[in-house]
Amino acid sequence: MKPARIVITGVGLTAPNGNSLGEFRQNLLNGVAGVERMEIRYMGQQLAGVCHYDPLRHQTKKEVRVGTRAGSISIYCAREAVKDSGLDWAKQAKDRVGIYIGCTEHGNVETENEIYNISKFNYDTKFWSHYHNPRTVANNPAGEASLNLGVTGPAYTIGAACAAGNLGLIHATQMLRLGEVDLAICGGVSESIHTFGIFAGFKSQNALASHEDPKKASRPFDKARNGIVVSEGGCLYTLERLEDAQARGAKIYAEIAGYHVNSDASDYVLPNPIRQAECVRSSLQRAGLKASDIHIVNTHATATPLGDIQECEAIRAVFGEGCPETHINNTKSYIGHCMGAAGALELAGNLPSFDDLTVHPTINVDDLDPACALPGLVLNQPRKVEKVDTILNNSFGMLGINSTLIVKRFVR
Amino acid sequence: MTKDECKKVVTDIIADIAPDEDLSTLKPDVRLRDQLQLDSMDFLDIVMELRKRHGIEVPEADYAQLASLDSCAEYLTPKFNALSAKS
Repeated sequence: MKPARIVITGVGLTAPNGNSLGEFRQNLLNGVAGVERMEIRYMGQQLAGVCHYDPLRHQTKKEVRVGTRAGSISIYCAREAVKDSGLDWAKQAKDRVGIYIGCTEHGNVETENEIYNISKFNYDTKFWSHYHNPRTVANNPAGEASLNLGVTGPAYTIGAACAAGNLGLIHATQMLRLGEVDLAICGGVSESIHTFGIFAGFKSQNALASHEDPKKASRPFDKARNGIVVSEGGCLYTLERLEDAQARGAKIYAEIAGYHVNSDASDYVLPNPIRQAECVRSSLQRAGLKASDIHIVNTHATATPLGDIQECEAIRAVFGEGCPETHINNTKSYIGHCMGAAGALELAGNLPSFDDLTVHPTINVDDLDPACALPGLVLNQPRKVEKVDTILNNSFGMLGINSTLIVKRFVR
Repeated sequence: MTKDECKKVVTDIIADIAPDEDLSTLKPDVRLRDQLQLDSMDFLDIVMELRKRHGIEVPEADYAQLASLDSCAEYLTPKFNALSAKS
């Protein structure tokens, strides 16, 4: 039996350079980056991708006070996605809705905050917050969204390092096909900039970006790239089975064409281009597509000296020189690395290409690293193209988790 | 500290933990939970803030004493005064 066709019917997002798909896309086409300086506890000013959405648009002040940043971002994105989908939320069967949110990590922010808090009281743990456990459980972001939206179906997070955004969509596709739910709210979120640990960790790895101009700090594929800009963000979609979407006359952004998830099983942090290439090939196979059928490849590249080369090696192995209609870009050059949100946000930034036949570029490439000089790379200026029917989105993460998601133009 | 001053201390804490609520019409003799959207975690917030801001300890057995502003004042004012007498 052929699996049910799954379509994207709504998008809600907050990125360091936009709080809606329209604003985000416009800034990607106009070369507007969203990286700024931010005070990080114990570390002083660091470069970060900061979101500037209004939490009170969908939350009470008390919800913001009690909840987490990841929960707030989830609520904002989920509410915006539902609104965008045109679903009649009041009439929606809430027990048939699933919330599947990818996260790189969760709980570090609250734990750091509480340790800092009790340090002001001579480390007496009677001053430790009673909110610590509900704030730090791994399902927190999805749970907060379920509370806010009144969703009584399954709501949980998917921990998959920086591959997590894609995993949210992939898992939702699987659950819709299994008939577990009728509507999925899915994607990824990140609150990482509110923990000093991630900055200090990358710094100790010599993988934290620095640049005198924050907007030029995230520079995948450029010779002078020197690491990751840590960012927060979120992007959640509404996914439905095609028949359900059509029955209500929904607007359809794209159809899920294929996906694959695998593991390197080779290192804690170093990527493995052989496994990455396997992941891309397997997703193509599942989608019934050849490499040359892909029109946009959105890379994961985070601007680490080695990681970018490794991914380029994997892409070269799959796409080679024989894919003249394949255009390759990168979104982190604008917004830094949104961690668990990265895959979901980066896909969203490319979806409008189905309509405007324009590929947003990778910015900040002043001096292309020859090791990253892939054919089809779109650099610094948007490219008008003949055809965009397919988008392939790579997201990879620590401990060697790889994910590739392919979406295609919806054709009846 | 007078009982009215004590009520002000408690109201200031509630203003922070229930920021969406209008406290201008709060009736001192009516249970707080009957007038405000407060749950058990919020009450723990009141206890925590009394501890953090004022060094006042409220044992679990005495939580019922925090039911209304009036009962808060009855229970807490002597504690505040005992504390200031010590210091």
